[in-house]
Amino acid sequence: MAQIPVDPLRIIERFGPHLSAMTGTRLSTSVEPDRLVKTHCCFCGQQCGIQLKVRDNEVIGFEPWEEFPFNRGMLCPKGVKRYLQGSHPDRLTTALQRDSSSTSGFSPLPYADAIARVAREIARIQQTHGPGAVAVLGGASLTTEKTYLLGKFARVCLKTPFIDYNGRLCMVSAGAANKKAFGIDRTTNPWSDMVGTDVIWVAGSNVAECSPITTNYIWQAREQGAKVIVQDPRITPIARTCDLYLPVKPGRDAALFAGVLQIMIERDWLDHEFINRYTSGFEQVAEYCREWTIERTADVTGVPQRALMQAAEWWGTAKTSFLFHARGIEHHSNGVQNSLGTINLVLASGRIGKPKSGYGTIVGQANGQGGREHGQKCDQLPGWRDISNPEHRRYIAGVWGIDEADLPGPGVDAYELFRKIDRGEIKCLVSICFNPKVSLPDNGFITRCLDKLEFYTAIDFFLNDTAWHADVVLPGSLHEEDEGTVTQVEGRIIKVNKAVECPGDARQDWRIVQDIARALDRPTGFTFTEPREIFEELRIASKGGVADYSGVTYEKITQQLGVFWPCYSNDPRTGEPTPDHQGTPRLFERGSYNPVAKGTGPFYFPDGRARFNVADYRPPVDDASAEYPIYLTTGRVVSQFLSGSQTRRIGPLVRQYPEPRIEMHPKLAARLGIADGDWATAETRRGTITLRAQVVTTIRPDTIFIPYHWPGAKSANQLTVAAQDPISKIPQYKVCGCRVRKADAAPDYAAVLEPQQ
Amino acid sequence: MPKPDYLHFFIDPNRCIGCQACVQACTECDTHRGESMIHLEYVDRSASVQTVPVVCMHCDQPTCAEVCPADAIKRTGDGVVQSARKPRCIACGNCVMACPFGVPEVYEDRKIMMKCDMCYDRSSVGKKPMCATVCPSQALFFGTREQIEQLRPLSMPVNTFQFGSQTITTQVSTMVPRALASRAPHIDVVAAMDERPRSRAVSLTVISDPFADIEV
Repeated sequence: MAQIPVDPLRIIERFGPHLSAMTGTRLSTSVEPDRLVKTHCCFCGQQCGIQLKVRDNEVIGFEPWEEFPFNRGMLCPKGVKRYLQGSHPDRLTTALQRDSSSTSGFSPLPYADAIARVAREIARIQQTHGPGAVAVLGGASLTTEKTYLLGKFARVCLKTPFIDYNGRLCMVSAGAANKKAFGIDRTTNPWSDMVGTDVIWVAGSNVAECSPITTNYIWQAREQGAKVIVQDPRITPIARTCDLYLPVKPGRDAALFAGVLQIMIERDWLDHEFINRYTSGFEQVAEYCREWTIERTADVTGVPQRALMQAAEWWGTAKTSFLFHARGIEHHSNGVQNSLGTINLVLASGRIGKPKSGYGTIVGQANGQGGREHGQKCDQLPGWRDISNPEHRRYIAGVWGIDEADLPGPGVDAYELFRKIDRGEIKCLVSICFNPKVSLPDNGFITRCLDKLEFYTAIDFFLNDTAWHADVVLPGSLHEEDEGTVTQVEGRIIKVNKAVECPGDARQDWRIVQDIARALDRPTGFTFTEPREIFEELRIASKGGVADYSGVTYEKITQQLGVFWPCYSNDPRTGEPTPDHQGTPRLFERGSYNPVAKGTGPFYFPDGRARFNVADYRPPVDDASAEYPIYLTTGRVVSQFLSGSQTRRIGPLVRQYPEPRIEMHPKLAARLGIADGDWATAETRRGTITLRAQVVTTIRPDTIFIPYHWPGAKSANQLTVAAQDPISKIPQYKVCGCRVRKADAAPDYAAVLEPQQ
Repeated sequence: MPKPDYLHFFIDPNRCIGCQACVQACTECDTHRGESMIHLEYVDRSASVQTVPVVCMHCDQPTCAEVCPADAIKRTGDGVVQSARKPRCIACGNCVMACPFGVPEVYEDRKIMMKCDMCYDRSSVGKKPMCATVCPSQALFFGTREQIEQLRPLSMPVNTFQFGSQTITTQVSTMVPRALASRAPHIDVVAAMDERPRSRAVSLTVISDPFADIEV
């Protein structure tokens, strides 16, 4: 049973999170680096270019990389301090095994023994319970090469259908909506297209904190005349000076989009020619919107009528526009419908596939885009292929050299995978780049599931909170210790370059995966000697798929400073080789050819038309009620990233925002008798949390906000609800009913834990 | 080498998102690693997310230098006001109290005043200062006057500040909305301090207080 071996405080004492600091050569003003390595940030989906200063196999600092076109040297605080994750006191440099006789709960073991034990346990469990008793969890911060390999490892080596990834918490609502509406899942334009547009609508994206570099593009667009509309329950930094703020009640986004579209229909602010020629399904959507009168929309969404009217007028009458959305509208049990609602607004305007007009979802993780294209998703095969499609299965089985009948079918989403663990159907878990004990909703349940595993192995460079449950921990690689490709927010494939070697027994993640395959005596297909070889196979595997990387090479990426997919090795129309194909920066241009539409239109369906989809409003699950009258919403702060496994170990970032707080409006605080800085307790049907209050007028008075980057007693996900979107299976992180009170006393953790722990 | 005279520093607090990239990057500077010379403050976090980044304004007649009893603060020919010189500075703190912008700080452990020197190690070789390079909102901008004119048509650089009877002109400019800047060619800092703060929650045209009607 994969239970925590000793008192968690003892684990923390040994494995952290402790804070790294600028010391030694990193503080010296006289030490020169041996070299600068051009690479990218390891954190969010912007994938800013950065140069790492390297000396004696240590990253000692950074230098801006001003030539890289996306960020031109700009970085957020995470990017600036990312290098401090290296040479870290918490770094795992050996394999570990659970050992309750050890003070820290774990003891080191030789790497080869660790691999042998993992393989032995997997083989034993599969022999007894079948291949499907083993599951794999991956992540979207991995390079595309690793995500490809992981999908292949699950299906070919482990022969299990059960693989999924932490993009399930991130990109799947947008992905599902894009698939339904466009037949392809990618942002439509490079960000540089934004400058010169008339209107930018930011729906549920705290751009300034979650994707800071995008801020300059938005501000620059505004300098050139764009109006900025921001839809958010909080007045985030991007909303502070926007032209129109839509203070939407959490979980009401689909209603807002339907209401605005209804006004556009009534006023005839529509592009009929585009709708008739390039889309289908508008009539059904118009029929649905009819019930969304402005009165009803204002009532449901909490957005005043005049603001709805203004939004409709600006959006409806613009000549050019951009619409962006992110987790704010996607993290809902209605997340796909919310996303489809935005797409309906875009399609009704006809403003897509043009230089100054586009639509995009702002990805959250480093490889939020590439990580969702090549097969670590439970229903997917490389090239954005469908694991249930016989033709797709045959093609990939051919690339992998296996019989199509041996290729498993679709698995289940990451949360359902834990429910299978709970039911005893999955008994063994291999995880990498995923910290579900912090990041999944209702994480008390996740902890109970982890306890039930017969065998659990985690690959990581730090002992993340979930890995406390592991039987064996395998020491993986940091971003700067490996090379590979990542596809960033614009759909631009970029190249991550190795700066230093792995320390001690740690090694590149793809080697570890292959070592397990070899130890299982199933090495066929897992004998790559470098990431480039994996990428070359991925090019073939993706060829002919919608996410076609066949024309991408490492050299082309370096030379062009990025390649936008699809990038074809052969002209999809003629089959002629196209070694110089530069990629596709802008999708859906009129007259463009794609291999699905075959010339019938710009969208990726056989008839070339985009689809309007009825985007149905449904109230949130576990909505605010008499018993739990306040909305709880969760999100990020600028100095932390995801479950904090890396950023809670970087001293200067922790000092910037040390510990989570409960953000609430003074109206609410006054009613509860809470002052700024007081301990406050928030409670939902699943759990309670006690944190200090931050009393600010920048949030709806009926809503509280808690950032989610912390573990244990400080984890916001003790409270969130595991309700999922029926299509995308994304959890509803952004709303649930809660109640708040002044805390009786300081929480127990305050006396024993440091802020980041 | 001097800082090229066609390159200038511009601050636009309107763009600032308070992310602290500038503060974190400043600590990476090769001349004062581990210390930030930038001040980034919330104006009033309870009421707004507005933040204001403050770098040294590099006054044409630096008050800090004028009040220094040890003559430790030098302004180089290119207009950059340097940190105190080590052998001279007596860490008396006169400059700290005199600077109208609140820029210099005395580091008691080292008995010296340090302040922003526009990344002289970078700007003197034609590179941008670290903060202006990384700033994700480009609230901190380093470039030519032509660039700022072309990139920021809605605002104008102002480099004259009035503190009571003292008029200060600076190398660093603050971007002021064009309508305001054309009415007054300088920023009257003292007068602004007496102004009643406007509703800082959010200054929006369509709904001035978006949460006014929400009951709890």
